[in-house]
Amino acid sequence: MRYYLEFEKPIEELEIKIEELKRLSDRKEIDITSEIKKLEKKAKELRSEIFSNLSPWQKTTLARHPERPYTLDYITLITEDFIELHGDRRFADDPAIIGGFARINDKTLMIIGHQKGRGTKERIYRNFGQPQPEGYRKALRLMRLAERFKKPIVTFIDTPGAYPGIGAEERGQSEAIATNLMEMSRIKTPIISIVIGEGGSGGALALGVSDRVFMVEHSVYSVISPEGCAAILWRKDGDLGAEEFAKAADALKLTAQDLLRFKVIDDIIPEPLGGAHRDSAAVAKNIADVVIKSIEDLSSKSAGKLIEDRYKRLRKMGSLEFAGT
Amino acid sequence: MWFKKTKEPKVQKKVKIPEGLWVKCDNCKEIIYKKEIDKNLKVCPKCNYHFRISAKERIKLLADEGTFIELDSDISSSDPLKFKDSLTYPERIKENQKKSGMQEAVISGEALLSGTPVIFVIMDFSFMGGSMGSVVGEKIARAAETALEKKLPMISVASSGGARMQEGIFSLMQMAKVSAAIGRLKDNGVPFISVLADPTFGGVAASFAMLGDVIIAEPRSLIGFAGPRVIEQTMKQQLPDNFQRAEFLLEHGLIDTVVSRENMKETLAKLIRLLA
Ligand SMILES: [Zn+2]
Repeated sequence: MRYYLEFEKPIEELEIKIEELKRLSDRKEIDITSEIKKLEKKAKELRSEIFSNLSPWQKTTLARHPERPYTLDYITLITEDFIELHGDRRFADDPAIIGGFARINDKTLMIIGHQKGRGTKERIYRNFGQPQPEGYRKALRLMRLAERFKKPIVTFIDTPGAYPGIGAEERGQSEAIATNLMEMSRIKTPIISIVIGEGGSGGALALGVSDRVFMVEHSVYSVISPEGCAAILWRKDGDLGAEEFAKAADALKLTAQDLLRFKVIDDIIPEPLGGAHRDSAAVAKNIADVVIKSIEDLSSKSAGKLIEDRYKRLRKMGSLEFAGT
Repeated sequence: MWFKKTKEPKVQKKVKIPEGLWVKCDNCKEIIYKKEIDKNLKVCPKCNYHFRISAKERIKLLADEGTFIELDSDISSSDPLKFKDSLTYPERIKENQKKSGMQEAVISGEALLSGTPVIFVIMDFSFMGGSMGSVVGEKIARAAETALEKKLPMISVASSGGARMQEGIFSLMQMAKVSAAIGRLKDNGVPFISVLADPTFGGVAASFAMLGDVIIAEPRSLIGFAGPRVIEQTMKQQLPDNFQRAEFLLEHGLIDTVVSRENMKETLAKLIRLLA
């Protein structure tokens, strides 16, 4: 059974009907193929209409879709010879962030990403993609390893945020994130980041200080979740639900399209109609193309120029007005 | 993350506190004569709780008298998201400027500290909870660049709920911007001392505030990544005593030292002498 989101209900009804008719036509002699074809066309049109008008909140739910491809899915689809490397060498291995060397197009890369789980057991094991400080420290260890061997780094961003826990605070969640932000700004090999699902605040950015940043079409990236924003703005007005979350998602301007308009990201990677989970191989192919091209563009730069340009890129971030001269 | 207090003020109070004359200590809950606290650098004489102070008071406390020259005062926020809750974002800014007497949540400048020139970056919690948006990020990055250019030590005093929601992704990006600017100080051996005042959270804690070559906190300041209420809700368990207090961070090896307000200037001067 497919998992349908709230806004996909009309598509679900049609697709169930099509399945029923297909079963019927298998068993009986009456020819209903033309009827099926008509319905399939209608379903496609409906899907195209719905998906070209997604609201920011609908995109947020799509970015969190339980069947959406995760970091390891993309690694399987686009790389060869992946070898996962574990641990921060200080305290633990955090399963919410994974990383290791792999090859794309015959080039060795370091690939690092947030990892969510599929199914209850794995979701808990991956802590719903919410890293502990150890996850960020492992990521930095692997980035420095890549730097030492002059290999480019690709990061996949997909987290609701860094884990808010007692142990995480005791072991310096803030320090771990801050250190990654600073160190990523001066790693001497190219860094390319792709937001594949949820870009949840500082816990996402801690893998995202890069030379090129892309977002997959229906992913989101924000300083706070719509739920968190709604709670701050309207908690006193009683229970919060989809209506308030949708309002908050609108206000936060968190879609890939918003961020491209703001020049915070470089480009958008297209998804197939219906979302990445409908054809993960197609999205993976689009991601691989962007990664290969970015590495080509960046590989001619000296380490000094790379870091200088990365700094300039960060220095431009902001929305400012200047009084006079 | 910066947030408004959503609790309605309680109508009934057991003790009527005459406006302005007496204050209740947030920590020990004692009612104390305001003049006594003011005389004591806004530190509770009963329990040593350090009340939040304004950036201007902080400058008076740390900079040699009359030496503070403000930097980059001409930058102001635009409203990239056209954000609106009960007020529009520009209205919210104006309201906070009136309330706090500050242009923004941070003030930066060059001054003498016990005779030595330094660059100061001082946050003010009374301006939108000290939240970091584009202006705060830009002023900090520029202060670091000035410190680098002049080879002067930089001292920051953080007091913030975190990133500013009203500027969305632009606020998030300030975390990377200021951290990169601090990275340049490290590359060039320019000292950066970070002072953490109550409270220091979210995107400010998880950027420049935790990147000091030396990190000093005021006693009992609350410091962390996630707010205690969020952690309590997530973990569904009681938080340990002293959780996220300066002393808790010291015990867990996350900061260098805890220094009272009274001794802060002297400690900073000593450090700068030692690092020179
Ligand atoms: Zn007290």
